[in-house]
Amino acid sequence: MNIKNPELRRFLKDKISVFALFVLIVLYVAIFFADFFAVYDKNYSKRSLSYSPPSNVYFIDELGDFTKPYTYNWKRVFNKDTLSIEYKQDRSQKYYLKFFSKGFEYKFLGLFKCKRHFVNVEDGGELYLLGLDINGRDNFSRILYGGRISLTIGFLALFISFPIGLLYGGISGYIGGVLDNIMMRMAEAVMSIPSFYLLIILAAILPSGMTSSQRFALITIILAFIGWAGFARVVRGMVLSIKTQDYVKSAVAIGCSKSRIILKHILPQTSSYVIIAMALSVPSFILAESGLSFLGLGIQQPDASWGNMLKEAQEFANIIYRPWLLTPGFLIFVAVLSYNLIGDTIRDILDPKSKIKT
Amino acid sequence: MSIWVFIFKRIFQSLPIIIVVSIISFFLIRLSPVDPLAELKLNPSISKETLEHEKQRLGLDKPVHIQYFYWAKNFIKGDMGTSVTGEKVSSKIKERVLNTLLLSFSVLFWTWIIGIPIGVIAALNYRSVYDRLLTIFSSIGMAIPSFFFAILLLIFAQKTGWFPIGGLTSANFYNMNLIEKTIDIIHHLFLPTLVLTTISLAGLSRQMRANLLDVLDSDYVKFARAKGLPNYKVIVKHALRNAINPLVTMLGFEFAGLLSGAALTEYVFQYPGLGRLILEAVLKSDINLVMASLMIGSFMLILGNILADILLKLTDPRVRVG
Repeated sequence: MNIKNPELRRFLKDKISVFALFVLIVLYVAIFFADFFAVYDKNYSKRSLSYSPPSNVYFIDELGDFTKPYTYNWKRVFNKDTLSIEYKQDRSQKYYLKFFSKGFEYKFLGLFKCKRHFVNVEDGGELYLLGLDINGRDNFSRILYGGRISLTIGFLALFISFPIGLLYGGISGYIGGVLDNIMMRMAEAVMSIPSFYLLIILAAILPSGMTSSQRFALITIILAFIGWAGFARVVRGMVLSIKTQDYVKSAVAIGCSKSRIILKHILPQTSSYVIIAMALSVPSFILAESGLSFLGLGIQQPDASWGNMLKEAQEFANIIYRPWLLTPGFLIFVAVLSYNLIGDTIRDILDPKSKIKT
Repeated sequence: MSIWVFIFKRIFQSLPIIIVVSIISFFLIRLSPVDPLAELKLNPSISKETLEHEKQRLGLDKPVHIQYFYWAKNFIKGDMGTSVTGEKVSSKIKERVLNTLLLSFSVLFWTWIIGIPIGVIAALNYRSVYDRLLTIFSSIGMAIPSFFFAILLLIFAQKTGWFPIGGLTSANFYNMNLIEKTIDIIHHLFLPTLVLTTISLAGLSRQMRANLLDVLDSDYVKFARAKGLPNYKVIVKHALRNAINPLVTMLGFEFAGLLSGAALTEYVFQYPGLGRLILEAVLKSDINLVMASLMIGSFMLILGNILADILLKLTDPRVRVG
C-alpha cells in the first residue's frame, strides 16, 4: 500500500489502534445492516418462552460427523421437585440453520423491500443467539437495533456540541472585554453544575407522550448541552493566543469583517485540538446515554438501546442465572475502549508534545 | 500576596458563578410543565397549612422573576422547603452530603495513594513492559461503564457473601460500639470505593506519568544529574515535586467528575448519597428536593475547585489569581 499522508501512515502503523478501528467498523457495519443481520424483527415477542437461554448451535452431530449447523428448540418445563421453571432442549427435532435465506420483511437501507437475512432457521425452529428477555424478545436482534441508537447518539451530540463550543469560544476570545467576561461566567456556571445531575434533570423534564424519534432527538440535544462548555473554554484560550499573530492583524488591516476573521482565519487554526477533543469525547457521550437509559430516563421501551437493555441487569436473578443479558454492557465497554485507543493514537500523532501515549 | 488575600479573592470570584448557576437551575426547573406543588397536594398526610405556607414561600401567585428572589432569599436563610414525603429538605440533604463527601474523599485518597506510585514507576520505566501494561489497564479502567462494573461487583458480593449488598450501615448499626461502627462503614464503603477508584485511577496515573516524563526532560533535572546527584535524589527532590503540582489542579476536576460519576454507582449500590437523592427526587418529581440538591451539588463542586486552588497555592508559590 502506498499511502501519501504521513499522519495516516503513522496511524496505520499502530497495530492496537488499527485493531480498535477494525472492531468499530465491525460494530458499525452490524448496526448499519441491523435488519439484514437480525434474526427476528423489532416487534417479535414470544412470551411463552421469556428468559429462555441462548440456543446452542451444533456443528457435529450425535455420530461425531461434521454436518450443517443445526439447533434444537427450547421447551419450558415445570420442575415439581424444585418448584421452578426450567428450560430443556427439545431433542426430538433438529432444525438446520439457513444462510442468506428469506425471513421477515424489511426495507433495505430504507429504500426497497427485502427479505434476505444473514442467518435464519428452518420453519418451526427458533434461533435465539443470545436468548430472550423478559418479554420474550430476541436479545441478539435487539442488540443490533439498540446499537443503532447507542453508537450513533454520541456522534450526533458531538456534531451539535462542537460547533456551538467552537463558535462560543471563538466569539468570546476574539471580541474580549465585557462580552468575554459574561460569556465565560456563563460557561463556567454550566460547568459548575455536576453534569450528570444536569443530565437527569433535563431528561426528566421532557414531556411524556413523545414519539420515539422525538425523544431520541431531544436526548441528543441534552447530551450536546452538557459537553460544550468545557470545550468552549479551551477554544477561547487558544483564540486569545492566535489573535495576536501577525496574519490576523493583517486580516484586520485589510478590512475583513469580524465574523470572517473568526470563521476563516482563527477557528481553522484550532483544528488539530478539535479533532483530538472530538475523538476523545465520543466515548463519554456513549457512556452518558447508556447511563441515562439504564436509569430509565433516556431511550424508552419498547425501543432498544444498550443502556435500557441493561436495565434488566438491575435484578439479581437475572445477572446470576441469565448472564447473557449482560452482553450490551460488554459491547459498550468494547466500543468505548476502541474509541479511547483510537483517540489516544490520534492525539499522539497530531500533538507530538503530549507524552501520554500507548 | 498573603494566602488570606488569595483565598478571599478566589471566593469573591466564584460568587457570580454561583448566582448564574442558581438562575440556570431555577429557570430550568420552572420550564418543566410540572406543578411544583402537585406531589405535595396528592400526599394526604400534608396539611392545608403546609401547602399554603409553601405557596407563600415560593411566591407562586407572583411572576417568575419575583419567584426566583423568593426562592433565593429562603435558600440563603437555609429554608429549602418540604419534600414530597413531608420531611424538611435541608435535613435530608445534610445527611446525604456527608455520605457523598465520605465516599468522595475515600475515593480521592485511594486514587492518589495508588495512582501516583503507579504513574511514577511507569514514567521511570518509560516504554518498558510495565509501562505498556499500565497503558492497557488504564484504557480498560477508563472504558468500563461505572454502573456495569458496579453490577459485576454486586454479583461477586452476592456469590461470595464477603461484602454487604447496598447501604452504608448494617441493620444493627445502632447497637454497635465505635470500633464496630467504623468497621461496618468501611465494609460497606469498600465496593463503591473500588468502582469509583478504578475509574479515576486510570486518568490520574496517566497524568502523573505524563507530568513526570515532562519534568524528567527539563533542563534543571539534567543539570542535577550532571552535577552528580544520585538518581533517587534527583527524582524525589527535584522531579517529583514539580510533577505533582498539575495534579493538584486536577483535584478540583476530579472531584467534579466524582460527584457526577458517583450518582450511578450510588444508585446501583443503594448508597445513601447526594447522587441517589437527586435521582430519586427527579423520578418522583420532587421539585424542592431537586432544586436544593442541584444547588448543593454545584456548591460543593465550586468549593472543591477553590480548595484545590488554595492547595496549589500552598504547594506552588508561583500561582496567582488570574
